[in-house]
Amino acid sequence: MKSHIYRPLWVVIGLVCIILIARYFYVPKDFGVHGRGYMYGWYRESNIKFWKDFKVKYQGTEYCKDCHSDKYESIMATPHAIIPCEDCHGPASDHPSDPPKLAIDKSRGLCLRCHSALPYPTSGRSQIRGIDPDAHNPDVECVMCHNPHKPSLEGLK
Amino acid sequence: MNRRDFLKNTVKVIGGLSLPLAAFKIITPKEIFASTGDKAKTRWVFLVDTYKCVGCGMCVKACKLENEIPYDANVTRTWVERYVMTKDGKTFADTPKGARDGFTTSKIDLGEGKFQDIKKDFIDKAFFVPKLCNQCENPPCVQVCPVGATYQTDDGIVLVDRTWCIGCGYCIMGCPYGVRFFHPVYHTAEKCNFCYHRISKGLKTACVQACPFGARQIGNIKDPNDPVTKVILTERVGILKEEYGTKPQVYYVGLDREVK
Repeated sequence: MKSHIYRPLWVVIGLVCIILIARYFYVPKDFGVHGRGYMYGWYRESNIKFWKDFKVKYQGTEYCKDCHSDKYESIMATPHAIIPCEDCHGPASDHPSDPPKLAIDKSRGLCLRCHSALPYPTSGRSQIRGIDPDAHNPDVECVMCHNPHKPSLEGLK
Repeated sequence: MNRRDFLKNTVKVIGGLSLPLAAFKIITPKEIFASTGDKAKTRWVFLVDTYKCVGCGMCVKACKLENEIPYDANVTRTWVERYVMTKDGKTFADTPKGARDGFTTSKIDLGEGKFQDIKKDFIDKAFFVPKLCNQCENPPCVQVCPVGATYQTDDGIVLVDRTWCIGCGYCIMGCPYGVRFFHPVYHTAEKCNFCYHRISKGLKTACVQACPFGARQIGNIKDPNDPVTKVILTERVGILKEEYGTKPQVYYVGLDREVK
């Protein structure tokens, strides 16, 4: 038997071997399936750590209340007590080291998220005191007159 | 063969045939561990109360900042939809910018720069529905991934390995709930993961924490004392697109037929 018959065969076998060797080194050790087979069972064990180590930015009101106890106590006496500090003050991250100062959102748009009146009978939205943004002092920032930490009308500046 | 032997053998054969195949199955220690081991202590689920949601969009803002989703890109891991049903039987739904800036006008965004204002007296019912990844028990996105870059953890969260995702977009097409998108920076599939970095440290997700009204809650359905579990097991809750068989794990209070 002459080798021109076998030569392509050796080439194919060689290619398959190279692919298998390359695959052995390229595919991560933790790659594979667990539990539920090839349909839903794909698993990347080493990647779980990546997502668990993701940085936490929103620290929660409990994080703020010890240093800013005066602000915390004043807002706790108002209907705005349900709003977490970071909704308006931005995520604390590693404050006070990083960032040393938080950028407070004092925009009209922030207040209108809840206080633009929408007449939706089957939603909690209709229970909130609201204004028509086009009619109620349209060019003025809300904080010019209203104090978000004392939102009742008695707390007007 | 005499009659006695014949009857004896018949009884043996019938007895043998009637043994279930499972009786011969050898149970491996691995299987026993899988059914009783500690890996099934947690199964994260989500509960949304649509009566409480006021459409402020604080959850969307918090999610984008917490999870480093470019703030001005028109993609988001969670969003809030507004549904308005009118007295003539029409349904309007919109979610401008995913409700990142909330709903500040009664004008419905019809797309292509068109808006429609609906008068108060013409509204039958109107409400807001927050949406996020359903962390399906049978996740179609995991099933369709050709490279195995997306997977389900033991506690039920579907994650994406950014280093392994090739960006083919099959999962984005495969998700019946449309929660997946391409991350504008990494160009890989991106999705809500119930803030896995937070819940695995015992914190609430960023959206749950940012919600002033308690419309969003996260819980562990394997814990019978969890308040979320109690609501799901004892109250009337709905899920989205049940007919797809994906077994979604985000439960809704006050879900309407029109919510897709």
